[in-house]
Amino acid sequence: MAKSQLTETLTFDCETGNYHTFCPISCVAWLYQKIEDSFFLVIGTKTCGYFLQNALGVMIFAEPRYAMAELEEADISAQLNDYKELKRLCLQIKQDRNPSVIVWIGTCTTEIIKMDLEGMAPRLEAEIQTPIVVARANGLDYAFTQGEDTVLSALVQRCPTESISAQSSSLSPNDGQLKEPQKNSLVLFGSLPTNVSTQLTLELERCGIKVSGWLPSPRYGDLPALNENVSVCGINPFLSRTATTLMRRRKCKLISAPFPIGPDGTRAWLEKICSVFGVTPQGVIEREKQIWESLEDYINLVRGKSVFFMGDNLLEISLARFLIRCGMIVYEIGIPYLDKRFQAAELELLEKTCHEMQVAIPRIVEKPDNYNQIQRIRELQPDLAITGMAHANPLEARGINTKWSVEFTFAQIHGFTNARDILELVTRPLRRNKALESLGWNQLVKVS
Amino acid sequence: MKLAYWMYAGPAHIGTLRVASSFKNVHAIMHAPLGDDYFNVMRSMLERERDFTPVTASIVDRHVLARGSQEKVVENITRKDKEENPDLIILTPTCTSSILQEDLQNFVNRAGLDSKSDVILADVNHYRVNELQAADRTLEQIIRFYLEKARSKNEVLINKTKAPSANIIGIFTLGFHNQHDCRELKRLLTDLGVTVNEILPEGGSVTHIKNLPNAWFNLIPYREVGLMAAKYLETEFNMPYVAITPMGLLDTENCIREIVHIVKNISETLETGKGSSYNFDFESYIDTQTRFISQAAWFSRSIDCQNLTGKKAVVFGDATHAASMTKILAREMGIRVSCSGTYCKHDADWFREQVDGFCDEVLITDDHTQVADMISRIEPAAIFGTQMERHIGKRLDIPCGVISAPVHIQNFPLGFRPFLGYEGTNQISDLVYNSFTLGMEDHLLEIFGGHDTKEVITKSLSTESDLIWTSEALTELQRIPGFVRGKIKRNTEKFAREKNIAEITLEIMFAAKEAVGA
Repeated sequence: MAKSQLTETLTFDCETGNYHTFCPISCVAWLYQKIEDSFFLVIGTKTCGYFLQNALGVMIFAEPRYAMAELEEADISAQLNDYKELKRLCLQIKQDRNPSVIVWIGTCTTEIIKMDLEGMAPRLEAEIQTPIVVARANGLDYAFTQGEDTVLSALVQRCPTESISAQSSSLSPNDGQLKEPQKNSLVLFGSLPTNVSTQLTLELERCGIKVSGWLPSPRYGDLPALNENVSVCGINPFLSRTATTLMRRRKCKLISAPFPIGPDGTRAWLEKICSVFGVTPQGVIEREKQIWESLEDYINLVRGKSVFFMGDNLLEISLARFLIRCGMIVYEIGIPYLDKRFQAAELELLEKTCHEMQVAIPRIVEKPDNYNQIQRIRELQPDLAITGMAHANPLEARGINTKWSVEFTFAQIHGFTNARDILELVTRPLRRNKALESLGWNQLVKVS
Repeated sequence: MKLAYWMYAGPAHIGTLRVASSFKNVHAIMHAPLGDDYFNVMRSMLERERDFTPVTASIVDRHVLARGSQEKVVENITRKDKEENPDLIILTPTCTSSILQEDLQNFVNRAGLDSKSDVILADVNHYRVNELQAADRTLEQIIRFYLEKARSKNEVLINKTKAPSANIIGIFTLGFHNQHDCRELKRLLTDLGVTVNEILPEGGSVTHIKNLPNAWFNLIPYREVGLMAAKYLETEFNMPYVAITPMGLLDTENCIREIVHIVKNISETLETGKGSSYNFDFESYIDTQTRFISQAAWFSRSIDCQNLTGKKAVVFGDATHAASMTKILAREMGIRVSCSGTYCKHDADWFREQVDGFCDEVLITDDHTQVADMISRIEPAAIFGTQMERHIGKRLDIPCGVISAPVHIQNFPLGFRPFLGYEGTNQISDLVYNSFTLGMEDHLLEIFGGHDTKEVITKSLSTESDLIWTSEALTELQRIPGFVRGKIKRNTEKFAREKNIAEITLEIMFAAKEAVGA
């Protein structure tokens, strides 16, 4: 393992931050679906609205439970009273939809004009009798999936300290139990489609570990109980603020594990949780092996191929680690923001995977510069570039295979069950272009 | 504050970017926070653009809020100047930057000193104008900038072309069928013996702007973008313009008459020697095109169109397309337009005047819920509107033909689909006819109880099943989107049978998925 050329360690670069990504307010798209009784109100301008309308396309027409509170000139110049305006809109929302919680999404504009959303929310909440949660998911501070992080860390404050069952047991005559309210319960954080969270819950149950709750829960009223007896573990790499809030505000114990993306990640994730709970995981190794075997047809397509992550959704490290395990060569991992503490276990697994697969450790570029990256892609000619839609078509026209990175955010990629879906996405351009290979239509721009 | 789910026209900077990126070798730099460069995605996706969109952002972040963005903006402009050598860099403010109230003009002046390219600041107010108004304004700004520059260097040599010629102004990226319309307009002008001098901004070069005054006149096909530039050219260079949209047979005819009139006048005043005077038999041209080349006149007369007589329709869209469509339906096809409307509130007076007498009522609004309420009240047989109206129609079971932006990717067809000129009339006839017949078919099906009166209980060939689904598994199955649910169910049951499992639990479902990779 310790061969001389492979002693390379992780290197981190930081560029200019001129890169393309989605605005973090896009998190409403999946969160309003996840939290079924919520309503998301994005307080911003036409620019925010236009982005949501175009990025979320079809969903707009399905009477979504989100809307813009569109700021007008009079709001910006403070001729109108913010509190009164928000009250009017929230009452209208309450009347039309009657949600269990209204989430205010602060934007760049509310930051710049310093609208005191956190100050107004408790007052308005008391007045209209509907919980109001404030998340500042703006483009000044965050990128794309980090929007979810801001919402979840705001929701942490709303979680009860003791679970309802613990409260009711305190009323029961058996007082002996009162002293020991559920030690060592496990709460997982990160928004996943319900069937994926069920799959992960089942995986843990197989190992003998009960998941006592998820943040977020499908309904606002079912938020999990959080206190110093609760261990928490993240399922997505972009949840560092939520992790910090859970530790600092609710004294939860954070389990630092790789993320359950890919069979290797899922196994490492399960093993880490088991080790914290002092359980020996049963059959996880066989299960991982079995999944790898079932992936063999796809792995044959990617083995030895090279990939370049331009970076826009913070899933990059985990995906790169999985693809290296599949036998791919990763040239560069672009990433908007890297929390080395929250991703520590994942980075360690990446390093270990590179050593075991005997490949060089890719360079990790934080806040990448898309212009420079495209020059590098031209030089390296990777077999696949994972990139945003702004660059995908132009790169394809220049003969570079691309995969739209946003699909990884919306597809089901967690756990053993969904490993195949990741490879389905990764191999799609390779399979498609294989079909067209013999036609000689690779370069579709005139070379000047 | 306004509660909004949807908007018809985008924010101002989108208009500026659309104009800027339509020109060749012009680069736009947005002064914007991370994530505001969504325009690049739209252009790359909707237009299926092969080249990188020449738009970058100078990112506004926390540091910028703390110490101002001057250095960063200037640096980004000079960097782009070196990297791409554009002819022009346009600094584009966004809603965020306009509340920061930094002196962007000053940054532009500073950066201009170090750049080989020209640098200008797009002069648009985010809280007062929308996408279309901003596009109009930016186009005029660029044209004015280059003509004044040329004038100051004495490079504007007004040298009218020998043959009659026109500039087509207002064709640009992400415009509704603009590329196809442009091709059709060129054909029309060629038929009239008019050559095309310059087309702006799509595919145009800023270095050619100084040639604009050489044309005899300007053709402004769309009401929304190009009029400001045309008016500027009229005052400064005495160039007449034609602003009749040649959409539908009658307006195409009007447009041609206007063009011929202008060209005749100029050819009489121009001293280009003998034999150059313009003598075009436009009456016979119009007659032949209308009656025999275009199929629209014959279509209106055919019995198919007879069936459409008096049917109710609703029209909504941008001012140009909604007004033209209203006139076509009412005048050329005998369809009753119950309501005609536009979201171009800034152009409401012109719109009212245009559709006056061709519809029962006029609706001027940019609130889609008002449009939806109007449509459900009127219950027309067909709607002609934007993508939003298409979705309203879906909900109410009313067919809709899309005639105007905002649009989706399916409104950027690869085939030739102009809305203007004589070929445009054919396309519109198809669109109208298809919308209505689909509606008729649906209606007939309903009356006669559909094609098949037996309800289909299951799609599988045999319903006999010895398998038991647990309630959790069934709930899970219900969560799977309808269009794949059947497949998942079959795969799971097949898997269970192979393994001799009688009861299907959640675990079995997931195991089945893992096994077949479905």
